[in-house]
Amino acid sequence: MSVLDSKVPKGPIKDKWTIYKDKINLVNPANKRNIDIIVVGTGLAGGSAAATLAEQGYNVKAFCYQDSPRRAHSIAAQGGINAAKNYMGDGDSNYRLFYDTVKGGDYRSREANVHRLAEVSGNIIDQCVAQGVPFARDYGGLLDNRSFGGVLVSRTFYAKGQTGQQLLLGAYSAMNRQIARGKIEMFNRHEMLDVVKVDGKARGIITRDLISGEIERHSAHAVVIATGGYGNVYFLSTNAMGSNATAAWKIHKKGAYFANPCFTQIHPTCIPRSGDYQSKLTLMSESLRNDGRIWVPANIEDAKAIQQGKLKPTEIAEENRDYYLERRYPAFGNLVPRDVASRAAKERCDEGYGVNATGEAVYLDFAAAIERYGKEQAKIHGHHDASKEKITELGEGVIEEKYGNLFQMYEKIVAENPYKTPMMIYPATHYTMGGVWVDYNLMTTVPGLYCIGEANFSDHGANRLGASALMQGLADGYFVLPYTIGDYLSDDIRTGKIPTNSPEFDAVEKEVTERINFFMNNKGTKSVDHFHKRLGKVMWNKVGMARNATHLNEAMAEIKAIREEFWKEVKVPGDANEMNLELEKAGRVADFLELGELFAKDALDRNESCGGHYREESVVTEGEQKGEALRNDEEFAYVSAWEYKGEPSDAVLHKEHLEFKDIELKQRSYK
Amino acid sequence: MNLTLKIWRQKGPDVKGKLVDYKVNDISEHMSFLEMMDVLNEQLVNSGDEPVAFDHDCREGICGMCSLYINGEAHGPDRAITTCQLHMRSFKDGDTIYIEPWRAAAFPVIKDLVVDRMAFERIQQAGGFVSVNTSGNTQDANSLPISKHAADEAMDAAACIGCGACVATCKNSSAMLFVGAKVSQYALLPQGQVEAADRVKNMVAQMDLEGFGNCTNTGACEIECPKGISLSNIARMNREYLRASLKG
Repeated sequence: MSVLDSKVPKGPIKDKWTIYKDKINLVNPANKRNIDIIVVGTGLAGGSAAATLAEQGYNVKAFCYQDSPRRAHSIAAQGGINAAKNYMGDGDSNYRLFYDTVKGGDYRSREANVHRLAEVSGNIIDQCVAQGVPFARDYGGLLDNRSFGGVLVSRTFYAKGQTGQQLLLGAYSAMNRQIARGKIEMFNRHEMLDVVKVDGKARGIITRDLISGEIERHSAHAVVIATGGYGNVYFLSTNAMGSNATAAWKIHKKGAYFANPCFTQIHPTCIPRSGDYQSKLTLMSESLRNDGRIWVPANIEDAKAIQQGKLKPTEIAEENRDYYLERRYPAFGNLVPRDVASRAAKERCDEGYGVNATGEAVYLDFAAAIERYGKEQAKIHGHHDASKEKITELGEGVIEEKYGNLFQMYEKIVAENPYKTPMMIYPATHYTMGGVWVDYNLMTTVPGLYCIGEANFSDHGANRLGASALMQGLADGYFVLPYTIGDYLSDDIRTGKIPTNSPEFDAVEKEVTERINFFMNNKGTKSVDHFHKRLGKVMWNKVGMARNATHLNEAMAEIKAIREEFWKEVKVPGDANEMNLELEKAGRVADFLELGELFAKDALDRNESCGGHYREESVVTEGEQKGEALRNDEEFAYVSAWEYKGEPSDAVLHKEHLEFKDIELKQRSYK
Repeated sequence: MNLTLKIWRQKGPDVKGKLVDYKVNDISEHMSFLEMMDVLNEQLVNSGDEPVAFDHDCREGICGMCSLYINGEAHGPDRAITTCQLHMRSFKDGDTIYIEPWRAAAFPVIKDLVVDRMAFERIQQAGGFVSVNTSGNTQDANSLPISKHAADEAMDAAACIGCGACVATCKNSSAMLFVGAKVSQYALLPQGQVEAADRVKNMVAQMDLEGFGNCTNTGACEIECPKGISLSNIARMNREYLRASLKG
């Protein structure tokens, strides 16, 4: 078993990034003109990287499968973006953001990377404001903040419930400026199908034009993968329908190690599923937990009556409600981190206290907040003896101002008015902390091949805190990669254009074309979705919120069986030389069917509970923390980086041992 | 419920298209419209036919990818939502539903219900940005206070998802609501002021070049806009344009 070199610079953690930046090799502006960089994916990470690299003078080719870079799934992030600005004066600092992120990640992230993230977080906000991102402001004209799960300060900047949209439009506008200058060549409706290595270095990609079906070769001196997470391995998730792992998986098969695939975030506040036809799950922003109280009935008879539609939540008296997060975690209450909140919901529902027909839902109730805000407003506006109705009306106004678009979204989907009756929520797959292994430079184990944003593994450990994904995506793209990539490219100033007529390009293009031809000629009996849904069921039931060795072994065998059947029986209609959505899906699901097995294997290897990864074999058995997840630092304080060896079950484990010099490892407690 | 669908099928941009009839049965009222389309496509794949191509991605009303003209209305009969947020409870058993692509000269059909919206991209590239480098060497975010009113109004304009419903629904295929929203976002913020005059002139010039029609104040775009972008953004763009033209 080899030891991975994370290339973390020496020195005190506070100075590492500054000293490193000062000593790094640079490419002079005249030489940048002779260097090409490919960026795949145009979300917050890819979009910001493409724009910044182009501003610096590199020739950038950017790719996305959507019809515009603005549609990448970062756009759906609702709640906000963290930054250690301490504008609220509540004691925030870079160190505190660093500490919260490492602790929130259950001590499975790399200290140096997280500290760097905290250091650049403030700059991100400055940058976005300069770009014209309309963040929420107070009446004095200064930026407003709110609080998110797992922390004790308010450091989350937001733009209504559409923060991801506004930040992405900021990055997109920066890209547009460079597209107009000719420094970014944009390829919309293109999908990367493989990476090309020349002399061991990443030197290009093979893509398919999703309109014409044409297979194309693109070369560059470095390749950046920014294609997001692999949550759709569960079929149902909060990801977009097209979100896929193909680019990440393809580079894994070409030598990039894949790290911690089992670290997946199941988000606690999503709209519960309603039927087998369901195509995706919708997230309700975590910011709602600032004002919503989560509960289930305290009595099992009430729960049964609700499940049968005989009782309404508003008919249950206060003393017969179990606000189980406030009961179990008095210090953090409804704002415990996501993994803790999700497991607590599952625990109550498994005990039979769920509140919809499927028994898989809990309430998120705003009645108390509406009353509190209503009274506050009545006082402010001098309504001293305001009626209950008036207070409710005023309170609803405040809630609408804060969360109006989320409430509207809920009402459209569920057809219930959440101002009048509590929302129903249940956990759903949302974000993947695991991903392609990268060193401090964000380079994978393949030279010249970088991976940024959700697609890499580095900053969130075993659990991501709310409002940190946007921060990491933009940090990687605006402020980290543009520096570190120069160090590598400084060796390439005399290389010249990379030709695409080499045997290496021939070989990879042939692989890609053969796979497409296979799909078109297979003439099986079952649709791509049929297999994707079956994979999703196995993942959710056996590699979901609670895992054990028996289930994980079964999952590996079952996924392998589904994969083998897929290659025999999959049916793809239409033609390869035109827009063909089934063909696109087939390629993506084929990759998920391999990734899913490695995911289960990784979960089996990690016989400890940490963050979003909960092993039933590893829980606290006595004392105040009884029943809580039990981490095992002696045996598992490492990053699992898997090397591809053919079948997913044959993957070889490499360990990057994690050292915590600046933070003491503790059992997480939110009590 | 059981439904008859009349769907626009068109093999490619240069091929003539036509409406084709399909039946779907046992559709639940809780399904989203696109989940109903998934049911149809699964049916078509299983019977060896080619599924209907349509654009969609996030399925939560924010990416702006989905774009169907349903029973003569952009994003269907409901208001303030995209097609992916439309649910089948808006229809009843036995209904016949017409499903067509966006229709506008500047949005040519690629296949079936998928259209080419590259014209929107080119308009944004003409000026939809603030020329500030992403180096991070900008002033502190709080050094320039912006009134809450202006920030909120800029946010309302910036909420546009670029779906193109405004163009599809307009009898002139005008893109003025889309362009007006972007011009307004920057016009309302101090960061956008420096380039305001060039921005509005360049974006409007590109809009005209793409073949979008003029605005005749019918207001259909505002009604069909899934994000409630207000007509006042068009008025603001016109003011900005006039001011920029007078400046020469």
